[in-house]
Amino acid sequence: MSDLATLKSAAARLRGKVIEMSHAASSAHLASSLSCCDIVAAAYWGVCNIDPARPDDPLRDRFILSKGHAATALYAALAFRGFFPEALLETYCQDGGMLAEHPPARMLPGIEAATGSLGHGLPIGIGMALAGRMRGETFRVYALLSDGENNEGSVWEAAMFAAAQKLNNVCVIVDYNKWQATARSNETLQLAPLREKWEAFGWDAVETDGHDIGALTALMRAVPDGGDRPRAIIAHTVKGKGVSFMEDDNNWHYRAPTAEEVVLAHKELGLA
Amino acid sequence: MRNAFADELTKLGNVDPRIVMLSGDIGNRLFDKFRAAHPSRFYNCGVAEQNMTGVAAGMALSGMRPITYTITPFVTTRCLEQIRTDICYHDLPVMIVAVGGGLSYAGLGPTHHACEDIAFLRAMPNMAVVCPGDAWEVRAAMRGALERDHPTYIRMGKRGEPKVHSETPEDFRIGRALPISAGSDVCLLSTGTMLPEVIEAAHKLAEKGVSAAVVSFHTVKPLDTEFLADALVRYPLVATIEEHSLIGGFGAAVAEWMIDNAITPRKFLRFGTPDAFFKQSGEQEYAREQLGLSAHRIAERILTVLA
Repeated sequence: MSDLATLKSAAARLRGKVIEMSHAASSAHLASSLSCCDIVAAAYWGVCNIDPARPDDPLRDRFILSKGHAATALYAALAFRGFFPEALLETYCQDGGMLAEHPPARMLPGIEAATGSLGHGLPIGIGMALAGRMRGETFRVYALLSDGENNEGSVWEAAMFAAAQKLNNVCVIVDYNKWQATARSNETLQLAPLREKWEAFGWDAVETDGHDIGALTALMRAVPDGGDRPRAIIAHTVKGKGVSFMEDDNNWHYRAPTAEEVVLAHKELGLA
Repeated sequence: MRNAFADELTKLGNVDPRIVMLSGDIGNRLFDKFRAAHPSRFYNCGVAEQNMTGVAAGMALSGMRPITYTITPFVTTRCLEQIRTDICYHDLPVMIVAVGGGLSYAGLGPTHHACEDIAFLRAMPNMAVVCPGDAWEVRAAMRGALERDHPTYIRMGKRGEPKVHSETPEDFRIGRALPISAGSDVCLLSTGTMLPEVIEAAHKLAEKGVSAAVVSFHTVKPLDTEFLADALVRYPLVATIEEHSLIGGFGAAVAEWMIDNAITPRKFLRFGTPDAFFKQSGEQEYAREQLGLSAHRIAERILTVLA
C-alpha cells in the first residue's frame, strides 16, 4: 500500500486530469468529479486489492462508482493505475469512442458496472458481495454514492437488505458535498442527519473529512472490521474541491472550464 | 405452472451451483425444498423489487445464475429501469420469472393484472421473452434460459392450469414455435397461458367443420420468423392470441415483422386485451369472456372472419 504523499499526489493528478477532460470535451459534472478525487485515490491507490493485469480476478475487491456522473475521475484513476492506456483518456466523449460521459457496461477493464442512473450501484455491489459469500470468497465491495443519489428509494431498499444480510464486506462512501444538480441537497430532500439515517438502517456509519485521504484510507481498509454490519462512510466534501474558483460553486455542476481556467486550476493544484 | 417452476428450480439447483433464487416476499412454503437443499442460495429480498433486480445483476456479474421472482407487475414494470440498465445493458444471464401473467390474477384487480409486460420487456436489447403454454413448457423454458448467456423473461400463469403436454416437450427450444395440433383452415398462434383456451377453441371450430392448427408460440422474442414466413402464406387465416394488450404484445410483434419484411398474409387476426384497464371484479374466466378471449368467443370471431 502507498504512503500518504503518494495518495495525495495521485489525487492531485486526478484533479488535473478531470479538469483537462472536462475542458476538452466541454462536459458537465466537473465539480462532482473534483468532489470525490480523494475518495477515488484512496480506493485505487490505498485500499482496493486490484491488479490491472488481472482485471477479472474473481477475488479482487470491487469499487463501483455509483455516482456515474463523476466518470472522469474513474477513467483517470483506471488509466493511471494501468487498466488501460492513458492515451485513451484523450478520446473521452469523442465520436466513436469508448469513454462516454457515464461509465459503459463491459467495454473497458476495471469498470465494474455501468452507472449514471442513480441508485443502481449499491444493489449491484450487494449482489457481488453475496456471490462472493456464497463461494466463500472474502473480497470487499466499495460503492461511492453522491449525496443527491440518496434521494433514490432503491438506495434505502439496498441499505435495509445489506443490513439484514449482515454484509460486513460492503462499504458505502457518500460524497456529501451538500449540493445536487440544481440545489442544496438538504433543501431538496432532507438528508440530514445522514449518518444517523444510515446508522438507523443498520449500518456501521461513521463521518469523516472526505478530503482527508489518510482518514478515508484507514476507514475503508478496516472493512470488514469483525462486526456484522456493513459500513457507511459519510464523507464531508466540498464540491469543486481543489480549485478556489470552483469550490462550493454549483455552477460548476454543468460548466466546463476554458483553456485559461485549466491553466489557473493546474497552478493551484501544483501541477503547472 | 407455479408449482412446476418451484419443482424444476430445485432439480436444476441440485446440479447447478450457480443458481440463486431471489423472491420478492412471495411463495410462502413454495420454495421449502430448494431452501432446505440450498439455504445459502435462497434470498427473500422483501418488497423491494428494484433492489432485488440490481442484486441479481451484481450476482450475475460475479458468475452466478440468479432468478428473480414475484407477481408479474412487480418483477417487471416496478423495476423496469433495473431490468433495462442493470440486466440488459450488461447483457447478464438473469432469469426473470413472473407469476400471474395477463389476467391470471384478474380477481385481485388491475394493480395485479399484467397486460403490458411483454411490450416493455421485448423492447429491451438482449432480452428473450418466453411465455410458456403449460407447466411442462415452464420447465422447458427454464432449461432453455439456463443455456443462454443472456437475460430471459419467463411469463407464467399461476397454479393449476390444465396441462397440454404430458412431459417436457423434447422439441421445445426458445425461439422456435411449437406445433400442438395440425389443421388446414386456420392457424391459431397462442402465446402463454392462453394455450388451453385456444385448444378448446380449436375443438369448437372442429364441431363447425373448421380445421384449426394450434401452435404454442411461447417465444415472443426472438420471433420464429421461419415458421411465420411459412404459416402466413400457407393458411387462409392466421390468428395471434395472447392475454396481453394488442399494443406491443405478441400480435404486434408479428404484425411489425410482416410489415418490415413485406409479407402479405392471406388473412391475419389479433386477439388480445384492449387499451383499457379491466376494472370489474371477477376471476380470469369472467375477464376472458368479457374481453373476447374465451374459447367460444375466439371460435365465433374466427368463424365470422372465415365466413
